Amino acid sequence: MELPPSHFPAARAAAVAVGYLRYLRGGPGRGLQLREVRSARRQDIDDVGHKYYLELELEDVLDKGSTVNCTAEVLYHLGSKTSAPDVQVTVQGELRSTEQADKEFYNRIRSLEKELEAENIPGFILVPDSHGNVPPELEPIHLLAWAASGYVIWQNSTENTKFHLAQVKHVKQVKRSDEDLQFDYVLLLHEMVSQEVLPCGVSVLWHPERGARVCHGPGSA
Amino acid sequence: MRDQLSLLTMRLPVLLAALVAVAACTETFVGHQVLRVVPQSDEELQKVQELQDLEHLQLDFWLAPRRLGLPVDIHVPFPSLQAVKAHLEAGGVSYSIMIEDVQALLDEEQTEMLRSSRQLPLSTETFNYEAYHTIDEIYNFMDMLVAENPNLVSKLEIGRSTENRPLYVLKFSTGGTNRPAVWIDTGIHSREWVTQASGVWFAKKIVQDHANNEGVASILETMDIFLEIVTNPDGFAFTHTKNRLWRKTRSKHSGSICVGVDPNRNWDAGFGEAGASGNPCTETYHGPYPNSEPEVKSIVDFVKSHGNIKAFVSIHSYSQLLLYPYGYTSAPAPDQQELHEVSAKAVAALSSLYGTKYKYGSIITTIYRASGGTIDWTYNQGIKYSFTFELRDTGRYGFLLPAKQIVPTAQETWLGLKVIMEHARDNLY
Repeated sequence: MELPPSHFPAARAAAVAVGYLRYLRGGPGRGLQLREVRSARRQDIDDVGHKYYLELELEDVLDKGSTVNCTAEVLYHLGSKTSAPDVQVTVQGELRSTEQADKEFYNRIRSLEKELEAENIPGFILVPDSHGNVPPELEPIHLLAWAASGYVIWQNSTENTKFHLAQVKHVKQVKRSDEDLQFDYVLLLHEMVSQEVLPCGVSVLWHPERGARVCHGPGSA
Repeated sequence: MRDQLSLLTMRLPVLLAALVAVAACTETFVGHQVLRVVPQSDEELQKVQELQDLEHLQLDFWLAPRRLGLPVDIHVPFPSLQAVKAHLEAGGVSYSIMIEDVQALLDEEQTEMLRSSRQLPLSTETFNYEAYHTIDEIYNFMDMLVAENPNLVSKLEIGRSTENRPLYVLKFSTGGTNRPAVWIDTGIHSREWVTQASGVWFAKKIVQDHANNEGVASILETMDIFLEIVTNPDGFAFTHTKNRLWRKTRSKHSGSICVGVDPNRNWDAGFGEAGASGNPCTETYHGPYPNSEPEVKSIVDFVKSHGNIKAFVSIHSYSQLLLYPYGYTSAPAPDQQELHEVSAKAVAALSSLYGTKYKYGSIITTIYRASGGTIDWTYNQGIKYSFTFELRDTGRYGFLLPAKQIVPTAQETWLGLKVIMEHARDNLY
């Protein structure tokens, strides 16, 4: 059945799809967000769950002039306490290349003498701070956190939730012997329906060519 | 003295700064004066140049004699004043006293520098609208606005918060008795900082429009505007000191160690029904009973006793939505169609400025079921034009909206608010 794009069921499913896509395609040089839900349809599948078909208009926050269209399918499983929604997203056209920015970020972090760390204690920086400031050198770290939050959002969403990344409370780089960068984040997620702010620890691996990968393990959501 | 100060700070900032630096250390300039001479003849010019040779007078020429018609500014120490003036008068050279007492001027400049380093502006002209402020700074702003515009703006105390902070409402009125009115509140959820910041901007904008006889000046001819900027001051103070993401009030009700009630679930409209939480440790806790929160009760009492409020707008962030009743029931509001049309117009006006995209609709269809909400209560009281805004953004920064977005957000929101106010004015009931 057709859903009004301005109503919350479409908005919640769209948030899951965009979270998923942000994880897949986002990173230190790209942050994808929703501009508009063009159309939405819901199909109730007996014994399976509710499936949403969406046409979305997105934009890269670092390239606000251009818009990206995509279609998405979000299947919330019945009794969805245990499993994440199934999501498929198809992007129409090409996303702007981030190769240059990614290489620069990668080389900058690899060349740091001391591992990067920023935390909510005096002398350290929350990202963003109370006034919404993100220091320019931490912007890629923030965008990477936003990409990682997409994974957490996708994994934890139901038809009754809508998550956003509220703040990065802590980020600590973990030096690795292989070529990946690793960042351990404590993210604060804001859930719109309950209005709760939930902390979530997540380890993220990132490589310019392999993109972001969230590790499962102790402390992960 | 104020004129002299602006004179100095406009023309001779470097010299003054140097003097201030010196004054801060050892010297005193009590009784020193700065005299201005504009030589109109060669004789006059010569008389002034003679002063330069009298070293014992210890004169300091801020503007040295150059040629006819150009001002000569002379800093004269107190002991030399009589001699200098006598010399000029004897030569028939007229002079004016630019600064009557240099020390007094320096003292004032020091005070202002201290004040600006503590970030207390001198007027609503120098207030920084592009930054987030503390509760003291906002309360100071309100007092300045009233002092600068006593015929338009007054400050009402409608109650006290749980922690005994005053609950202030600004009243904008050009006269009349109990005129039909518009109510706007910001900051009921304390972490939604762009709303209090926008409220401050709205207050200044109303005053400016009135002064320039444009914008809402026409609305003020027949209606009053009430604006509560810091609707939840305890929560707001807490966001500055302890937890930036605090939402609720700071009340403690017996039976729980958890603090605070969601002020937007505490109103007497579907109170306690689905769409609010009975658990005191949650963000949407409705409280032990309706209006248990003084922040809510004070508005309820105000609205009831005023009796003539025609439009009520409660401002939140974030999500970029314009919402109308109901939240506690899926039954459409009787005025749904009109409210929907007004919303469409308001959102179009808002978007026209920066292209910011808003959605609109009833609370329950657009965002979620919520019971005990503000505008459900005001609507049921008969205030037909009851709306809630959810301001920028859509989640990238959320509650932590960068300060540089405050003014654009306030500007675009104001366009939407004006549509609502104008509609109320043109459709009084």
